[in-house]
Formats: sequence, structure tokens, C-alpha cells
Amino acid sequence: MNNAQIEIQLIASLVAIACAIPGTFLVLRKMAMISDAISHSILPGLVVGFFITQDLNSPLLILLAALTGVITVVLVERIQKTGLVKEDTAIGLVFPALFSIGVILIAKNANDIHLDVDAVLLGELAFAPFDRIFISGIDVGPKSLWIIGIILSITIGLLFAFFKELKISTFDAGLAASLGFSPALIHYGLMTVASVTTVGAFDAVGAILVVALMIAPAASAYLLTTDLKKMLGLAVIFGVFSAISGYWLAHWLDASIAGSITTMLGLLFLVIYLFAPSKGLIAVMYREKQQRTEVSLLTFLLHLKNHTETRERHVNHLQEHINWQKVRAKTVLDLALKNNMILIDKNIVSLTQKGDEFTSKAIDYIITNEDAQIEDMKDDFFLFRG
Amino acid sequence: MSEIKIQEKTPVSERKMAVQVDDLTVAYNYKPVLWDIDLEIPEGVLMAIVGPNGAGKSTLIKAILGILKPIAGSVTIYGKPYDEQRKLVAYVPQKGSVDWDFPTTALDVVMMGTYGSLGWIKRPGLKEKKSSLEALEKVGMLAFKNRQISQLSGGQQQRIFLARALVQDASIYFMDEPFQGVDATTEIAIINILKELRKAGKTVIVVHHDLQTVPEYFDWVTFLNVKKIATGPVKDIFNDDNLTKTYGINYKVSIQE
Repeated sequence: MNNAQIEIQLIASLVAIACAIPGTFLVLRKMAMISDAISHSILPGLVVGFFITQDLNSPLLILLAALTGVITVVLVERIQKTGLVKEDTAIGLVFPALFSIGVILIAKNANDIHLDVDAVLLGELAFAPFDRIFISGIDVGPKSLWIIGIILSITIGLLFAFFKELKISTFDAGLAASLGFSPALIHYGLMTVASVTTVGAFDAVGAILVVALMIAPAASAYLLTTDLKKMLGLAVIFGVFSAISGYWLAHWLDASIAGSITTMLGLLFLVIYLFAPSKGLIAVMYREKQQRTEVSLLTFLLHLKNHTETRERHVNHLQEHINWQKVRAKTVLDLALKNNMILIDKNIVSLTQKGDEFTSKAIDYIITNEDAQIEDMKDDFFLFRG
Repeated sequence: MSEIKIQEKTPVSERKMAVQVDDLTVAYNYKPVLWDIDLEIPEGVLMAIVGPNGAGKSTLIKAILGILKPIAGSVTIYGKPYDEQRKLVAYVPQKGSVDWDFPTTALDVVMMGTYGSLGWIKRPGLKEKKSSLEALEKVGMLAFKNRQISQLSGGQQQRIFLARALVQDASIYFMDEPFQGVDATTEIAIINILKELRKAGKTVIVVHHDLQTVPEYFDWVTFLNVKKIATGPVKDIFNDDNLTKTYGINYKVSIQE
């Protein structure tokens, strides 16, 4: 690896971390789409900022662009509050309007401004190492690295200071308000961080990738954990993993770095969506199958409990009596045997004491919905996991 | 203990006012949902707020707690504005108002009740954890402390919310439909805890739906339907007349037993 390659991966990783942090809270607040809106509508802010400062590196430009992001959020909320349209419609109305103003402003001044729409949307990470900062003639590194490094430091500082406030206002805004933590203040604080991050990151990776880096790692992490801190940690890890593996994918395919990173994010989500241990598609399907089997088992045990006459309990008559197909009857019979709940003597099935107690307890639970006493059963049987 | 004894013997008419609401009007999009409410809640009562759907019961609580801004009127808690008295007040929102898939545990939700006394930035420590565990034990949920909240039944979730309010160790408790969607056992467990709070001299205000249980559970009641219809001791004002005025249809005495 040469220096430029290391720098590109470093920038991509820092952008990924800076995006994953606000992204986690956006996902939990069901506001993923607002990041899409922000990433587009900062364009007019950038253009106007450039008119004023004549300098693409100016912090004022970043602040102006971030302000446009916050204005987007305010406009969306205002339109939504009229009650005439829903939130998604409001988002769809606001950001194309702001974005198009930016596009027109660029087009009108295309000749003398070093800004074009493609660069804004897609970014060009490969060029990031060429735009460097020199302090009294000494090369201190790429400009993008400094910008995103500063933004990331501020984001991490805010996260540590206000983690508790972010958590409570995201989970229960009403309680947060009654305890004196203004949910509105925290909301706009988060939106400001998301806007500043978007502006700082889009220069390196483009507006569309910023959205992917905010949402995909957080959405993937959400499927894997039930702890907010772990969710943040996993989102950061997924972001960095996609950034670095995406870079090498681009290197290998000789394709766009931003596009490859986004592809990796998509693949990562797909894998987790399928294979996550408890929320994944396969785990859910397996659980549903287990539940079906267990309901069958319970039905079968109840049948045995209710019928003392032998002809109702003959192995060969099970099918016709409970109206099951052969395979299902065999699965249930095996399951009951494995758990020592039944005895088969001369093809006559009867409940063991364990089976009898289990059935009584299970029926009791289903009728009363009292779950304290059957806590220990829950581990063995999915059915009782609420 | 001696303090509590005195409290119980004090006639209601001579007690301090825990909550005082004056000329409160709240509107959504310029449509008033609460009209000119005057309400005094004496210290140490267990009060139900009853009224039909859309009567503004939850809105009243939210306006008292400053979650909603009224267009007119004022609220005081023990004679001072809510902002100065936050620490005296605990709030249990409707169970449905939060996302139970949020990645957090039962203990963590209860600990949120301690955030108010911590203030901004400061983090909960051992002391907060200890009081949260005690609150969980009180509502019979200690065994579930590390369980993810979506893995709890509706009744268990409601108990967690109650524990979160208990941990605030407040003087006044506001609860928005704590019996919604809970089983009979949990309902009894919750009402017993509320009665204990009253015994300890606390004031408890509950938005309530089930008119049948009002005389059994509560000693104070407010009838609300956009306007305040009546407020006072259950034994004096929980009658057909007020029920009819509030719900707009004729109520039979049988409801009181």
C-alpha cells in the first residue's frame, strides 16, 4: 500500500464512523429518510456559502451548508404540522425544491465555479489525497482528513456528554420533557450534527454514499443486538469494515470507490438480514416452524390426557384421530419421546408423569397467561416465549 | 411514620393543594380540546380522571406537566410553577407512546427515572442502579431486569413503567391509563402499589377507563369532557347525574353497586 491508498482508507473509515453515530439515532427515531433529504438540500447552502467566502475550504461554508440541512428539517416539520400531508410527503416536497435551487445556482455560474453536480452526488474519494493542507510549507495531510477528523471529534465528544439525554429523548420523548430534558433541543442538536457530518463527508464520498453510511450500518446493527451501546459499536465496526473492504473492491474492479463501499454496505446488510441469530429471516422462519411443532405437541399431549380409552391412544390411530399427516405425526411423536413425556407400550401411547405435569402447566399458562411460574419452560419451548 | 399519621387524619379540606389548575385551555390546531379548566387536587388523594374518548384526559396531564403548551391558563404544583417543582413529580405515559423494540433492557428503562435528579450530562452510577433494582423488586420484576423490553408481556411492560416512576421518589404521580392491556393480576398488583403510595402521603392521579372499578380503587374523582364536569370525593360525586353529564347518555345506579 502506498501513502495515498492508506489516506483514502483512513478518510473513508473516519467518514463511516462519523456517519454511523448520528445514523444509529436516526434509525431508532424512524427518521432514516431525513438524512436523504439533508444530503440533497445542503447543495444551495454550499453554493451560497461559496458565493460569500469564495473558498471551498472555509468553515463558514460548512456551517452555512449545515444550516440548510437544519432548515430542511424545520420545513419538513412545518409542512407536516399543517396536518395536510404526511411526513414522507413533506420530505419529498422539501428536498427536491432546495436541491433544484442549488442545481440552478451552479448551472447559472458553471463557468467560474469549481463545483459540479456529479461531484456533489457521488464524490470522488480517489482524488481526496491530492487536495492537501500545507502549514508554512509543510504538508500536514489531505484536507478531507482534517475536516472529517474535526467533525468526528466533535461528534464523539457530544455523544459522550449527551448519551443519556439522546437515549431518553429517543425512547420516550414525553418522559424526557417531563424530566426537563427538552426533546426539541436534543432533536435539533442531533439534526445539526447529522447536517454538519453530511457536509463534511460529502466532499470526500458524495451525498448518496453519506446516506448509505448513516443508515445501513445502523440498520444492520439493529438486527444483531438489544443494547444501545452495542448497537453504536457494531454500527461503527460495520461502517469501517465496509469502507475498507469497499476500497479494495473498487481497487480490484477498477470502479468507483464510493459505489463499491455502498455495495459492501448493501451486501453486509443482506447477510445480516438473512442470518442474524434472533431477528434474521432464517431464524424467524425456524422459530415459526418450531412453534408449529410445539403447538402440535401440546395438542397431542392434551389429547392423551383427555382420553383414557386405548383405541384413542394407538400409534396407528393417531393420524386419523388428530387428523395429521404421517410426517407430522412422526415428528411430534419423536419430540415427545425425546423429552420423556410419553411411553409407548405395545403401540399404545400414554403420558409419563413429566408429560402430565407439563401439559397441565402449559394449559394453565395458556388460560391464565400467568407467566411467572413457567419461566423455566421458556428455554425449552419457543411457544412460551410470549 | 408520625408525619404520615398526621397526614391521614387531616381532613381533606384542610390539606395543602398538590396541584392547582387555573383557567387552563389547550388547543390542537386552534380547536380547543380542554376548555377553561379549573381544578384543585388536594395532597394525598388517589384520583381518577374519567371521561369519554377525546375528552382531553391525557391532554390535561400533558398540559400540567408542560409537555403541551396551553393557549391560556396556569398550573402550579405546591404553589409554584412546574419548572421549579419537577423533582416532586413522576409521570407514567401511555404504554403505547414508546417503541418497545428499542434496544434496551428492563433495568435500563427503570434507570431512566433517575435521570431527572441527575440533570444534564451527569451519568447514573451505583446509587441509581441500586434504587432502580429496588423499584423493580417492588413491582415483582427483579427476575426480568436484564430482559430486552420487547420480550416482556404487556402487563410486565406496564410494571416496568410503574417502577420507573417509583424510582423518581416523587410526591405526585401522574399515570396515563396504567391498566390498559394488562391482565387481572397485574391490575391488582398496580392498584395495591398506588394505594401504598397514597398511604405514604403521596398524591396519585390516574387517567382511568373502567367506571366499574372507580369506587373500589379511588377516593377522589374528576369528570372531564373538554370542560370539567365535577371533581371531589368519590363517595360524594360519583353518581348518575355526573356520569350522565360527562358521557351524555343515561347511566343506571347499578354501576356503583
